[in-house]
Amino acid sequence: MQAQVLSGGFSAPAIQSAQAFRGIMEAMARPGTIHTVTGSTPPAPLSAAAGAVLLTLCDADTPVHLAGARDCAEVRAWLAFHTGAPVTDPSSCMFAVGTWEALGPLTAFPVGSSEYPDRSTTLIVETPDLQPQGATLTGPGIKDRASLSVPDVGALQANHALFPLGLDFIFTSGDRLAALPRSTEVS
Amino acid sequence: MTDQAYNFAYLDEQTKRMIRRAILKGLAIPGYQVPFASREMPMPYGWGTGGVQVSAAVLTPEDTLKVIDQGADDTTNAVSIRSFFERTAGVATTTATDEATVIQTRHRIPEVPLREGQILVYQVPIPEPLRFLEPRESETRKMHSLEEYGLMHVKLYEDISRHGHIATSYAYPVRVEGRYVMDPSPIPKFDNPKLGEMAAIQLFGAGREQRIYALPPYTQVVSLDFEDHPFEASKADQCCGLCGATDSYLDEVIVDDAGGRMFVCSDTDFCTARQAAGHRGQDAA
Repeated sequence: MQAQVLSGGFSAPAIQSAQAFRGIMEAMARPGTIHTVTGSTPPAPLSAAAGAVLLTLCDADTPVHLAGARDCAEVRAWLAFHTGAPVTDPSSCMFAVGTWEALGPLTAFPVGSSEYPDRSTTLIVETPDLQPQGATLTGPGIKDRASLSVPDVGALQANHALFPLGLDFIFTSGDRLAALPRSTEVS
Repeated sequence: MTDQAYNFAYLDEQTKRMIRRAILKGLAIPGYQVPFASREMPMPYGWGTGGVQVSAAVLTPEDTLKVIDQGADDTTNAVSIRSFFERTAGVATTTATDEATVIQTRHRIPEVPLREGQILVYQVPIPEPLRFLEPRESETRKMHSLEEYGLMHVKLYEDISRHGHIATSYAYPVRVEGRYVMDPSPIPKFDNPKLGEMAAIQLFGAGREQRIYALPPYTQVVSLDFEDHPFEASKADQCCGLCGATDSYLDEVIVDDAGGRMFVCSDTDFCTARQAAGHRGQDAA
């Protein structure tokens, strides 16, 4: 077994996952804000932020879909050792991680049911850059308006139209992340 | 000093991950009650087991925790939850609202407006606003999915036909972003206007009923009412006997066995701060 598989997790899991969760929660509660999460050094091509999100939220109860280049032996072994999360296809996953292109089409992921809209996938979208500019965001969590560089405005608008059903997005780049819940209107 | 016999903030990591996932879904669907696998806590149901689990999932060692019970920092429930987290999470605690980063509350919202970066955690007994109208969970779930909230308006209407006004004075139902009807927990309706457009994150935990729900900052929250009977945030028509405040929510306290009474702020930190600033009410010593 490669040493890299065993390393790269949180050195103090209880504390670091609490700190990472606060970043993720603030991002989800205030769409468009960018937060830094550290403590994880996952194997390439996973970003540090995506690694921290997986370590903080995933375990044997949460099937994960690895899309595109992230579906490699190193990432699978790292995920299995540190979280125990089973790797599945898009139709039955609670989390998915990959680039925007690799994750598409979004219709493959569960969006929840009208009685249980929470049973939907959270997508961890790896992006080359994350900037507070670009598309305009409005909705819960945003005082007037916010801006965020998002990959595809049309697809996010279609996702918002499903509310209260829909997918939730965490955009990651390096050790930074921002989130876009289904409640946010994108224009 | 953290008690080393416990994991940080008492709960095990798998439980915290499960609660954290529920909190994120709750924030993504404001007002929707997310089911979660509530754990047994070292306190009885009804004493804030839901709030404690939510607090345990959001606390970091850098946080400063405040706990209030009906506005007071010095009641049994507040004191024991504060010492629980001092012992198991090693966090700093305070009674000052503006110094706290996480505030766990039972049935009040502090008088001082909260700011960005603060988190308000509510203890919720019955999270389902429709429960006393429809006891079956399968039915209330369907009603939420279909936005079928007529029954709630019938209840408020019956208040009017019986009392001449909407007599519901606490746990007053609200509509979140025009979608979900939500129970704001048994806060007095005086506090309802503070729910909407609040800068802080609001998280609601119901331990026995196994539900978590949330309001992100700056969320639109409207108290249900009728055009000819608009919502009114009411309070006792008095001023605080200790600090003289006229705009705070007041508790009525019986002071002798001859019917003597006084009114005091329910928010003890607000009242203490006002007294320290030199404000005096008519009953102040």
